[in-house]
Amino acid sequence: MLLEVDRVSKSFGGVAANVDISFDVQQGEILGLIGPNGAGKTSLFNSIAGQVTPDRGEIRLDGARISGLGPVACVEAGIARTFQVVRSFDSMTVLENVIVGAFARARGARAATETALEVLDFTGLAARADAPAIGLTPSEKRRLEIARALATKPHLLLLDEMLTGLTPTEAQAGMQLVRDVRTRGVAIIMVEHVMEVLLPLIDRAVVLDLGRVLTQGHPADVVRDPAVIRAYLGDRYAPAA
Amino acid sequence: MTAAVIVQAAASGLLMGLIYALVAAGLSLIFGLMDVVNFAHGELLMLAMFAAFLIWQATGLDPLLQLPLVALLLFGLGVAIYRLLIVRALSVPFNRGMVQIFVTFGLAIFIRGAAQFAFGGEYQSISQSLLANRTADIAGIYLPLPQVASGVVCLLAFTALLAISRTEFGRALEATREDRDAVALIGIDRDRIFGLGWGLGAATVGVAGTMLATFYYVSPNVGANFALIAYVTVALGGFGSLTGALVAGILIGETESFTALLISPALKQVGMFAIYMLVLMVRPRGLFGRL
Amino acid sequence: MTAASHTTIARRRRRELIAGAIVLAVLALLPLAVHDTYSRNLIIITLLFAGFAQAWNVLGGYCGQISLGHALYVGVGAYVSTMLLVRGGVPPTLGMFAGGAVAGLLALLVGWPCFRLSGHYYAIATVVVGEIGYQLFLNWDWISAAEGINIPYVRAIGDSWLWLQFRIDKLPFHILALTFLTATFLTAWWVEGSRWGFSWRAVKDDPIAARSLGVRVFRSKMAAAAISGGLTGIGGAIYAQYVGYIDPESVMNGQLSILIALPAVLGGVGTLWGPLVGAAVLIPLSELSRSYLGGSGRGTDLMIYGALIVGVALLRPQGLASLLGIRVRAPRDVAGDVAESPRAA
Repeated sequence: MLLEVDRVSKSFGGVAANVDISFDVQQGEILGLIGPNGAGKTSLFNSIAGQVTPDRGEIRLDGARISGLGPVACVEAGIARTFQVVRSFDSMTVLENVIVGAFARARGARAATETALEVLDFTGLAARADAPAIGLTPSEKRRLEIARALATKPHLLLLDEMLTGLTPTEAQAGMQLVRDVRTRGVAIIMVEHVMEVLLPLIDRAVVLDLGRVLTQGHPADVVRDPAVIRAYLGDRYAPAA
Repeated sequence: MTAAVIVQAAASGLLMGLIYALVAAGLSLIFGLMDVVNFAHGELLMLAMFAAFLIWQATGLDPLLQLPLVALLLFGLGVAIYRLLIVRALSVPFNRGMVQIFVTFGLAIFIRGAAQFAFGGEYQSISQSLLANRTADIAGIYLPLPQVASGVVCLLAFTALLAISRTEFGRALEATREDRDAVALIGIDRDRIFGLGWGLGAATVGVAGTMLATFYYVSPNVGANFALIAYVTVALGGFGSLTGALVAGILIGETESFTALLISPALKQVGMFAIYMLVLMVRPRGLFGRL
Repeated sequence: MTAASHTTIARRRRRELIAGAIVLAVLALLPLAVHDTYSRNLIIITLLFAGFAQAWNVLGGYCGQISLGHALYVGVGAYVSTMLLVRGGVPPTLGMFAGGAVAGLLALLVGWPCFRLSGHYYAIATVVVGEIGYQLFLNWDWISAAEGINIPYVRAIGDSWLWLQFRIDKLPFHILALTFLTATFLTAWWVEGSRWGFSWRAVKDDPIAARSLGVRVFRSKMAAAAISGGLTGIGGAIYAQYVGYIDPESVMNGQLSILIALPAVLGGVGTLWGPLVGAAVLIPLSELSRSYLGGSGRGTDLMIYGALIVGVALLRPQGLASLLGIRVRAPRDVAGDVAESPRAA
């Protein structure tokens, strides 16, 4: 078991974003975190990646607690994340952006550059290495986010709506990249809205609704669960229970 | 160390503190409005002092009577600085934070150099005025009248500022401070408000400077030290808070007075610096500042 | 050669080193072309201040923490080295490193509470701290307070590299100043390509993203402070030996802080060549205005600096070095986003 989320709860100013969330992620697994808007997915990501400390509960990586230690400690433990709204370093080139991530593990500038070049190659951005980060297309920017996160040599990668807003071709390429990342031995948690893209990709799904875990299991089963359908589409579309 | 000595120190600390408070109020106003620290604030004070001195020298007009005039002059200067420099600084394509620091910092240096060039380095003072060289004796405490008058004027100035904050202009200032991007939506001309804010901030310094000139020496280099005290005061009181400026100013004035008494006059500012460092570490937003 | 050494970055950095070596050679040979004492003195001062500016730039330009009270470290370096000489018989060639070490430690001490302040708040704090140092030294009798210290010749006759005493020919100081400048230049060059350099740029661009990639913001700022303060301290010791007399007024006051910070801003903050270009313009200007305009010119040097700074800040914030065609990255906000509160992101 790589990651354990153990009864995590978090409120912001009286609004309960996450309530009593528990699930695990196994080594090399691709887990989908799904749920309607406002279900608490991003806030859960923020807890796992250390940006936010849960009010209750604990998050453990390889048995050691990582909740409440901050984003830098999480990166050092082996968790990396991307952001929904791409946060590239605009004053730098693509290569320089990735080098920042590479320094999380690399000893010196040479090693960091080597790692960065390798990751750029892997994510298909090698040709754009010297391009300024602001000049990238949206799908290239998503790749850059992944590349930067991969440069930190994580065991677990959190992808926040990586595939949203891409053309079908770009989305297919993105899915392939996610599969390639898994072959490197990195486990992945994905938050996605686009079901057709997500369901074929993931091994398991955890469904959140109104801050709680609604259900978890095989994507095919989860998608047929009447409770899930009701959460997404409302009572009108739920099959007779 | 008799009770009289202590009360004396407290009294002069209070009076000086009120001046510090008023100077800080102007700085706090500008900062609270637009997040720009006016590094030229001390130099504006110096200019106000020179204005009072020169007008007195040329016309014999008592500084107390000059107040509206100097305040108006400084008001105009504040607006001019905003329109000529700050507007440009706010819209620079990059490095905006640094540019804002260096524009007012460069202005400060320029003004100081210009004053040195025009007036020389000598220390001048207003030797004859309504209240000069007169002291009030209240129950054994000697209070020089110019300082007492300053204290009173500063308090009045604070009440004026408070009254202004209740007017429509004051509310517009507050609104622009809360959300400077949204105010355009309710018809508030941001540029005009900012300009007037700078004018008001400078005018408060105009009042403080005029009163200061009645008992403090006038010289081109006077600005730097008062600016420093203003920074410390605003840091203690909280950037953007008028109440904070008043309370902190008095606290700083008292600290200075008692440090001079208890440690040494040469080191009188050490006490306020210690407070500053403490505030930095323990409560960076100051007593009344908003986080 | 690995793939890393073939990148555009690596090639550019090699070019920078070569350009630096050429400039260094030219500066080293300058005394062959310039013989009069006044000009030679001017060159030495300019080289020293260019070094100060480079050191300042590590903290102010690359790391983005604008320090307006940096003269504190010049003074500390000068006083530590001088006191070790005068009271402890320690040669300045060693004393300067002690001065640098103490200055660097002081910079860490100052940085510790101040680095959580953003932009203007930090700048204000540096002014206050600088003033605290100045006033303390002004009243500290053990170091002769306001009277200052005359730096004695240790060897009764002749010159000495160990004791940095050169009675007649000041050329060795030219070499010393140039060495100092070279050291600061190389440090800036090295730091640009190091983990810290990348950390600082990342934090300036997006502190949240930087943290999410494992950048240790506070630690990186402390590194900048130590490097900047330490180098400045060493320069301060050299300055003291050159001038031969120190007092708080000349090595620690606000005016000096301005002279250290401005060249980088003028030439291009956060760039390798900016401080050099800025110093080359500003220092001769300052010395010349003081000499030629003399008594009646009092204040004109300040007016010139002030006008230059406002002009450059408004019209060419990327600095004058960019006018010479030196490639300047559009730097992100150096002083950080203008924040609502004193706390940094």
